[in-house]
Amino acid sequence: MSYARIIREKLFATPLDTVITLVIAFLLWRAFVPVIEWMLLDANFAGASRADCTAPGACWVFVKARFGQFMYGLYPPSERWRVDLAGLILVASVALLCLKALPFRRAFAVVAFLVLPPLGIWLLGGGLGLPFVETREWGGLMLTIFISLYAGLIAIPLGILLALGRQSKLPVIRMVSVIFIEFWRGVPIVTVIFLASILLPLIMPAGVGVDRLARAVIGLGLVIAAYMAEAVRGGLQAVPEGQHEAATALGLGYWRATGLIVLPQAIRIALPAMTNEFIALVKNTTLVLIVSILDLLGIAQAALADPNWVGMNKEAYAFAGVIYWLGCFGLSRVGLMLERGRGAGER
Amino acid sequence: MLAFLRQKKVRDIFWQAIVLAGVIALVAFFVVNASRNMRDAGIASGFDFLFRTAGIEVPFVLTNYTAQSDNLALLWVGIVNTLLITLVSAAAATLLGFAIGVARLSRNWLLARLAGAYVEAIRNIPLLFFVLFWYFGVIAALPGPRQSIGIFGVAFLNNRGLTIPLPNELVPFGKAALLILAAIAIQIVFAVWARRRRDRTGQDAPVWMVGALLVIALPVVALTLATLSTAWDVPALRGFNYRGGFVLVPEFVALFAALTTYTAAFIAEIVRGGILAVPKGQREAAAAVGLRPSQILRLVVIPQALRVMIPPMTSQYLNVLKNSSFGAAIAYPELVSVFMGSALNNTGQAIEIIAITLGIYLAIGLCVSALMNWYNARMALVTR
Repeated sequence: MSYARIIREKLFATPLDTVITLVIAFLLWRAFVPVIEWMLLDANFAGASRADCTAPGACWVFVKARFGQFMYGLYPPSERWRVDLAGLILVASVALLCLKALPFRRAFAVVAFLVLPPLGIWLLGGGLGLPFVETREWGGLMLTIFISLYAGLIAIPLGILLALGRQSKLPVIRMVSVIFIEFWRGVPIVTVIFLASILLPLIMPAGVGVDRLARAVIGLGLVIAAYMAEAVRGGLQAVPEGQHEAATALGLGYWRATGLIVLPQAIRIALPAMTNEFIALVKNTTLVLIVSILDLLGIAQAALADPNWVGMNKEAYAFAGVIYWLGCFGLSRVGLMLERGRGAGER
Repeated sequence: MLAFLRQKKVRDIFWQAIVLAGVIALVAFFVVNASRNMRDAGIASGFDFLFRTAGIEVPFVLTNYTAQSDNLALLWVGIVNTLLITLVSAAAATLLGFAIGVARLSRNWLLARLAGAYVEAIRNIPLLFFVLFWYFGVIAALPGPRQSIGIFGVAFLNNRGLTIPLPNELVPFGKAALLILAAIAIQIVFAVWARRRRDRTGQDAPVWMVGALLVIALPVVALTLATLSTAWDVPALRGFNYRGGFVLVPEFVALFAALTTYTAAFIAEIVRGGILAVPKGQREAAAAVGLRPSQILRLVVIPQALRVMIPPMTSQYLNVLKNSSFGAAIAYPELVSVFMGSALNNTGQAIEIIAITLGIYLAIGLCVSALMNWYNARMALVTR
């Protein structure tokens, strides 16, 4: 087919189509030209203060000047290498685990899973030779990633356990799981963040303080666990009953039949849904703003109050929005890749 | 002894007892700590605080609440505001979502791509971002009252919110509502009768034509008459601000815009999925047995698409209800903001207030689920 024909069929098939195409093209033109002009052509890139923004477009100088805060929050600049190091270790471990040829891959995964979380907390928080940095000073993109990872660390194992519990044949265990899942899924996440920050100190023994950030992470982790459980349950229900029966017939007990036969198949099926829940978690980390913890969105919002940079709303929101979009869109692509990598298509 | 422990029944009971004991111990641990901490802080538990004066000014009230009313009235304000934003946003998001979902399936490449770009752009950004963006980025940047953006000359949008006209009398609207309810009832009876007759004799009745008349044309006429028969309190610029009409506060407008545009992206995907889920062979078979295109759509495609769409739509509506609590971030006076925020700060009755708030969300959510499950059961495929 010639290009002219494709264009005619896809854009100008009927008079109505022609009108729709022309109207949309006109509107897109009207919308995009000012945006491109504002973002690139008329924007200010050089300089260090508000006075350097003389062109009518966006003042990216603002983002440049605040870049450190957007990334690390109020983390002391002299200690920021620790955040970078933690990130580097994380990226390197994940990259190594992605190598199929890695020797002792499984053992390495178990060690990474057990060692990395405490290592991260030690690097960021300090102690044992490193100066302490209070969680109050953490912020920005680093905090968004931190909350997502640690809440996910609670949510994924707990979610799998809850899904198994909900499918269990033992009535008490099933009931406990159902109540837990339906309760957390029925209430707004905003209330859970509130609840965690108000109630956790109240229900702990006197003198046991729970860190403000830890409260938010625990609250988010519990809710997302309930959503994660429903995603895993979808996978569990898709595994034929015969798989478990066959494993039992071979003499495997419940845990070995589940861990070796049913769960691997269930997770493979549930992986897209679980990725979606994780993306939802990343988006919901923004809610910590409500208990005045300044993640990326919070720090962007706080930057608007700076008297030296009045009227930077558009720039701050554009920057934060693009980062969130890239992160979540990237995650959804990773989810698609994982799905293909585990051979979901060749079952 | 050990053989006894290996029996499946015994082990099952043993594990269940362990889990149950663990849960009970955990709850007891929390309760004991909470009561000790509350005693130490000098907080008396109980629900008396509900009948004490709230003393909180709320900027957006639809009930007869004043700062002198009690906390129970404040709770009611929160519930009403939550339900208001939920209903309005859910309705608008459904319309917008259907339009975008259908547009994404359009033959027109540009239109389909535009709808797809909208969905991908919105779904990958947090809702809180949109709430703040609309509130601080858009509404706050609107011109002041004197340069308001007029909407057909009766409603005015400015940085103090959206001022809409109000009717002076509500009686004509009550009559119109009664008439519309009666028309819907007649339509249902007629539809049931027509279907029974079709099942019995095979004769088709113009259900959709009559329905269009009764459920669309008649309400339009009735509402038009009601609108014309009463005088309207149209907002007008006096000095520096608008007088008359009803002011929807900026928080409401921002939350409405954010919830609607965000939820619409998810509804669009559900609509697209529902339509795509109807196999092509169904349309072809329907055409082969001689149904007209309009009949194919309403007898074959729509019923099957709806069946696929109902469960995810239910969870989207529940999401709108839960997401209305994002209003707390911009101080729209909904349930979380006025009750879990202001009232909790004032009274310190943390456990009672949290329990009431969560209970209300759970109750509304259960009602919506029950309603949708009932509808789903009616629409579900009857398998033999």
